Amino acid sequence: MSIRTVTFDAVIVGGGGAGMRASLQLAQSGFKTALISKVFPTRSHTVSAQGGITCAIASSDPNDDWRWHMYDTVKGSDYIGDQDAVEYMCSVGPEAVFELEHMGLPFSRTEEGRIYQRPFGGQSKNYGEGGQAARTCAAADRTGHALLHTLYQQNVKHNTQFYSEWLAVELVQNAQGQVCGVIALCIETGEVVFFKSKATVFATGGAGRIYASTTNALINTGDGMGMALRAGVPAQDIEMWQFHPTGIYGAGTLVTEGCRGEGGYLINKDGERFMERYAPNAKDLAGRDVVARSMMMEILDGRGCGPNGDHVLLKLDHLGEEVLHSRLPGICELSKTFAHVDPVKAPVPVVPTCHYMMGGIPANIHGQALRLSGGHDGDDQIIDGLFAVGEVACVSVHGANRLGGNSLLDLVVFGRAAGLHIEDALRQGMTQAEPSSDDVDKAMARMRRWNDSDKGDSVTDLRKELQQTMQNHFGVFRKGDLMAEGVKKLADLRERIAGAHLTDKSNAFNTARVEALELDNLLEVAEATAIAAVGRTESRGAHSRYDFPDRDDENWLCHSIYDPLTKQLGKRAVNFAPKTVETFQPKVRTY
Amino acid sequence: MKVSIYRYNPETDREPYMQDYEVDIAGKDLMVLDVLALIKDRDSSLTYRRSCREGVCGSDGMNINGKNGLACITPLSEVAPGVLEGKKPLVVRPLPGLPVIRDLAVDMTMFYNQYEKVKPYLINETPAPAIERLQTPEDRAKIDGLYECILCACCSTSCPSFWWNPEKFLGPAALLQSYRFLADSRDQATTERLGHLDDPFSLFRCRGIMNCVSVCPKGLNPTRAIGHIRSMLLERAV
Repeated sequence: MSIRTVTFDAVIVGGGGAGMRASLQLAQSGFKTALISKVFPTRSHTVSAQGGITCAIASSDPNDDWRWHMYDTVKGSDYIGDQDAVEYMCSVGPEAVFELEHMGLPFSRTEEGRIYQRPFGGQSKNYGEGGQAARTCAAADRTGHALLHTLYQQNVKHNTQFYSEWLAVELVQNAQGQVCGVIALCIETGEVVFFKSKATVFATGGAGRIYASTTNALINTGDGMGMALRAGVPAQDIEMWQFHPTGIYGAGTLVTEGCRGEGGYLINKDGERFMERYAPNAKDLAGRDVVARSMMMEILDGRGCGPNGDHVLLKLDHLGEEVLHSRLPGICELSKTFAHVDPVKAPVPVVPTCHYMMGGIPANIHGQALRLSGGHDGDDQIIDGLFAVGEVACVSVHGANRLGGNSLLDLVVFGRAAGLHIEDALRQGMTQAEPSSDDVDKAMARMRRWNDSDKGDSVTDLRKELQQTMQNHFGVFRKGDLMAEGVKKLADLRERIAGAHLTDKSNAFNTARVEALELDNLLEVAEATAIAAVGRTESRGAHSRYDFPDRDDENWLCHSIYDPLTKQLGKRAVNFAPKTVETFQPKVRTY
Repeated sequence: MKVSIYRYNPETDREPYMQDYEVDIAGKDLMVLDVLALIKDRDSSLTYRRSCREGVCGSDGMNINGKNGLACITPLSEVAPGVLEGKKPLVVRPLPGLPVIRDLAVDMTMFYNQYEKVKPYLINETPAPAIERLQTPEDRAKIDGLYECILCACCSTSCPSFWWNPEKFLGPAALLQSYRFLADSRDQATTERLGHLDDPFSLFRCRGIMNCVSVCPKGLNPTRAIGHIRSMLLERAV
């Protein structure tokens, strides 16, 4: 089967913050670049980020230091963040944030005219010794929207070639394991095209939709991770899923940690500010994993709110109407729409909700994707032609638990770094890896499978079943036997999804086909998550097990590596060698 | 409840038609998007865009019982009296004035073209400082109510002037963006921006009908922004 081929120096898959920061870098450099996005770029999930971008720009505190930010991030990661990568992100961060401001990002301001910074969870001054820091740069509570639109605007200015509403379907890999580009589907017409490229950059975001309840957009189906796993690329730390403490009860929509940064706090059914018991110093601004677990303990101990006692309340009314309307206007809107509560008058019902994929495609600080020799236990090998940035990548700057405000920083710092690296590599004569026609044909198999399907379960039913399985078996608290059951259910789902039925075979804007292709990706990410979660026999960061309640540094102070070909879990060393500061040694993590 | 939806598949339909569905909402005040999802669960061919499902990405602008809005933040109780109770049908059509690709998905090319025409990016040629450019909170407040636009196109596709002249009249969304940069103390291209608007169509086809204001799901006011640009053009002329 022959298909149309288009050729580029670089193809970026995903039009969120990371993808558009990378494409901007490359568009400015004049290399032939395409950005493929399954939605118009400003519909990407970055738009939903609220509270801000954490970075030591020394506005709120003139003495702030990126090393303090680094300390917080390493501690927040429960010590499996790679220290060279965290060092890079925190030290380069200010430059990357100032660039955004120069591009026009409408940050909120201080009286001095500088960028406004608010306190966020897990932030400290002076390596945890100097009290709460205020390090999260904000545009009211719409920072992601402001950032994404600013990046889109700059890409318009620099004439980036967009392929909007094109869905990347499969990586094209040759016999040597080099990545040669991607197959993508034009949603509007149904045309399938091979995007041949020297560099293929995955900036496809997370996969929160593997869970039934998530803050994530409907489009967050793990397309990049799914394509990577099918191509034999491993997933790193994929058991690490962040549950955000404050998803609106019932709806799942996010209310920012900035609410607590501005002085809001959580209460149980007795009106008690319970975080004082769990984290006496940081209280409501402890790490997200700590706060989410504390909330679940309150609920499980019978101190939850509402007729079913299944949520807690976020109290904001004491902040006053003026602060709420100027600093948290979006939250006021969302609360009224989805919780039918005006935060000026009443507390907002909230519950921990799946929010962020800390794991992903292992990558170095240049965005180069990695695999291990021997599958899951050998040395790092760079995968020629493949890059990963943003949530789909695991560099790893977030380790076992991401700090609030660090994801937007991750996007711009590593989107930019990958762009710079590719620009440089292209200048030095980076070559195109050539696929055979069989290699391209192989990448078409999945499209053909769905197009030829004539019976089987419905995509919707299977998706719901998968989401409920993840919700029930791999939630905030995990248990070996319950997870093993989940793994079995997923194996069964894999068989049924392989025989599922796409009823609508039309070409024009066929969203049923898009959803079918997304289901394959959800399955890959869900299964990787499940097997890695069973395999990591300890509790660390967001991964919390009843049967292994303690952190086990002797055996698990390392990354997990899930090899999709053998479904085995291996280990990969964490980097403890930053270049300019001393190593932060693992300590007991308290807030 | 009864739901009536505009259907059109270019591969099989000669012309568009309205299809009726009976949906059990169990008395719940669902969002319109939730109702569409219930229908899509059993008729996967129903086509619409959606992403964030919380009113910030602007994907699911559509015409709901005659008024443009975002399906994901429009509860049935706010559509029209009687809809939630099942006394009146929910009627969903694509945004008016743009070519329909399929069902509720419209071709937004014209809308995006107008957006790009206003140079929707900060123009400041002075070398950037080592830190951020400073801006007072008062100056920053001048772009509140402007930068929040989500490009859903609810406003422009409710504007009769845009329906008549979608290629020459920029429409409320693009003009709001234009003023977002005119009002930004960091932007230096005021003269150039105003110059591009000073013709009979680009801006002056706005007749102050204010449909844009009444439909904007983010509560923004393009008509007021257009008024500000008019004043700037006028000042420039004298």
